[in-house]
Amino acid sequence: MTAQIALLPDGRLHLQHGPIDCLCRAWGAPREVHAAYTQAAAVFGDILPTLCRELKRLRAPLPSVPPEGAIARAMHAACAPYADRFITPMAAVAGAIADYLLGVLCAGRDLARAYVNDGGDIAFHLAAGQRLRCGLIADLAAPALDGIFVLDAAHPARGIATSGRACKGKGGRSFSFGIADAVTVLARSAAAADAAATVIANAVDLPGHPAIHRFPASAIDPDSDLGDRAVTWDVGPLTTDEIDQALDAGTRVADALIAAGRIDGAVLALRGAFRVRGPAFPAIESSMEAP
Amino acid sequence: MTTHADPAAPEESALEAAKQVEPGIVTCDACPVLCRIRPGKTGACDRYGNINGRLTRMDPFTVLARQPEAVRFLEADWTGNPIAAQDVFITGIGAGTTYPDYKPAPFIVAAEIDGVDMVTVVTEGIFSYCGLKVKIDTDRHLGPECAPVRAKGEQVGHVTTAEYGSQMLSLGGVRHLTGGSKREGVVTCETLLTLANGGAVELAIDGGAHVVVQAGAAPIVDGVPEQRMRVGCGSATIGIFANQWLGHADEVIVVDDHITGVLTEHQAGRFLNMRPSGIRVRGRRSTPGRYFQVANPGPGWGGTDIADPLTIIERIDPKLAWPGLRLLMVSTTGEHAAWFVLDEALRPKPAEMPPSIAAVVARIGENCEPALCSVLFMAGAGGSLRAGTTENPVLLTRAVHAGRARVTAGGAPVYLWPGGGITYMIDVTAMPANAFGHVPTPALVAPIEFTLSLADYAQLGGHVGRVRRVEEVLAEAKPRATTLPADVPFPLP
Repeated sequence: MTAQIALLPDGRLHLQHGPIDCLCRAWGAPREVHAAYTQAAAVFGDILPTLCRELKRLRAPLPSVPPEGAIARAMHAACAPYADRFITPMAAVAGAIADYLLGVLCAGRDLARAYVNDGGDIAFHLAAGQRLRCGLIADLAAPALDGIFVLDAAHPARGIATSGRACKGKGGRSFSFGIADAVTVLARSAAAADAAATVIANAVDLPGHPAIHRFPASAIDPDSDLGDRAVTWDVGPLTTDEIDQALDAGTRVADALIAAGRIDGAVLALRGAFRVRGPAFPAIESSMEAP
Repeated sequence: MTTHADPAAPEESALEAAKQVEPGIVTCDACPVLCRIRPGKTGACDRYGNINGRLTRMDPFTVLARQPEAVRFLEADWTGNPIAAQDVFITGIGAGTTYPDYKPAPFIVAAEIDGVDMVTVVTEGIFSYCGLKVKIDTDRHLGPECAPVRAKGEQVGHVTTAEYGSQMLSLGGVRHLTGGSKREGVVTCETLLTLANGGAVELAIDGGAHVVVQAGAAPIVDGVPEQRMRVGCGSATIGIFANQWLGHADEVIVVDDHITGVLTEHQAGRFLNMRPSGIRVRGRRSTPGRYFQVANPGPGWGGTDIADPLTIIERIDPKLAWPGLRLLMVSTTGEHAAWFVLDEALRPKPAEMPPSIAAVVARIGENCEPALCSVLFMAGAGGSLRAGTTENPVLLTRAVHAGRARVTAGGAPVYLWPGGGITYMIDVTAMPANAFGHVPTPALVAPIEFTLSLADYAQLGGHVGRVRRVEEVLAEAKPRATTLPADVPFPLP
């Protein structure tokens, strides 16, 4: 199946090729928006084949020799700070694609705002004085807006990404070592946010807890970059104390990443409990109805 | 298993890895990722999966085959042209929806049918403006008109008109789907989806009954499966069976929540020169022998709340009635019947029903049709859906109303409402199985296809540049194949 490129009736650009599924939007003069979409569409078809040529390298654990392609290098760079634990460049694939497409979309164009949303990992552009409202949804099965936060051009963050335990076959698209329902991270790029969200979500965990069912990743997907490592399949009942304990473990990692300047903020969610970290994280206006 | 390869070639080592055969694993080459997929799992995109060792499209893009045996050909790898284009109809089922946003890539498919190039524009409509009209064959009182109908405590619709022998419910609609609370919308969507795909749901009516409803199955009212649909109203039942009672009974009262009939006073009894019995029932007399509101609606005799039929007798006129008068009281389905003889004081006394009368009571039952629930899906195809078909949407509306473009739902013919827009209704049991889906909006996803000649399509500003041949779509999209239910005509001549 070749790349699908379509303009949605509501004015967004939809790009889909194999597992890549991006929704893009630009705000500006119609001619500028049209040119921006044309630029993004022109490069889109090459992204997946180019990545696949280096797929073996990208699925190998870090540290490793940097790959060649631009997106592959961005994935590698975003994950390199976490090479002290198990991680592969694939942890940042969606964010790196979003960053790359946003860069192409905005190049030479005069746009007030723009975003590229690659399956929930989002790169955004804000011209001076512009703002973008983002909604938070903790439970995809019964989607309801749990909060809204406003991204401001004055703030340095330009990427947002979410990772959670919903794995392949359970409504999600990837695997996690942890049990978080969702970890949403704000960072300077979508790739940086993507890698950090993966790392923090892996840390929200209760090792050895009997209610947590794990399977080797390879039993579900033989080509998974996680190999035979145990990934979370299902989580049974947890006590309030256990939920706190798991969130504490993730929060410690999030705080360390904030202190090291790698991310700007994080929201951790597990069974209806939330932790909001990072002084720079924009205020969450909770329990608001959809805008 | 091999499929068509993407023109962008993956690197040699990936190809090599993909060729390493592990038992049960299927390699997908729909895109350069070349996922190796374990049995029962899906690839990275979730669009293709390994079902029983075969690479299968997971969004259930479905085509209709004219003959059941063709389903086998269609589901094998497409390697030639074993069946003719007019024996395959591409449906909108699974054509276009992925979470969280639909791909507006409707298939626009051309096939040559009897020398004319026909175009079928195939899409899945995402309908917030949609609902179900449910007909429940029962005389039992389900609830007052306009009463809220609830599922899992949320209002999902309301009681609407009573029809001949049936109670109608209106379920869904935009106000319950998106106009109320999030939970109301989610429950409404779930209820509509279950019913539309042929499943059973339990509904509770405010001030009325609990009903289990399933298309094509008998309704279950307050735990009791409904058996029969009444033969007619009480008055009609009198008219139908008057002749057969003549000479065997002196009076017959057919108890009915709508119109209770009294034989000797009724036109039918008069015509047979029957002697007036002097038995007067409660309620409001409409015309001679026809009475409204003899009791309250309920789960008893003939859809009323009565358990003892004698309670509807208001008085017995001593100047007209006589000792030994034989009285039959019966419901409109024959499920309830009792035989009385007046004593010397003109009081009705229960007696054993003679065989000649029992035979006619049984015949009332035999003439009742089985009570069923039927479910019609109703929706309007709005602006953006039509825009996926043509650059000039109003021309599509006009072509549909002029009969030049035919509308089908999963290949099954629809009833098109007159007036503006493309608003249609269809019996969900006439569609292929599991034709409906949903999106978390919440809204229902239903297949819709527009079929017209290529010339007409070009004239109404259709996306002619995107027309693809049916063989090409079959080869590339790897659809599932199915057939329509028996008795539903195939959409192509």
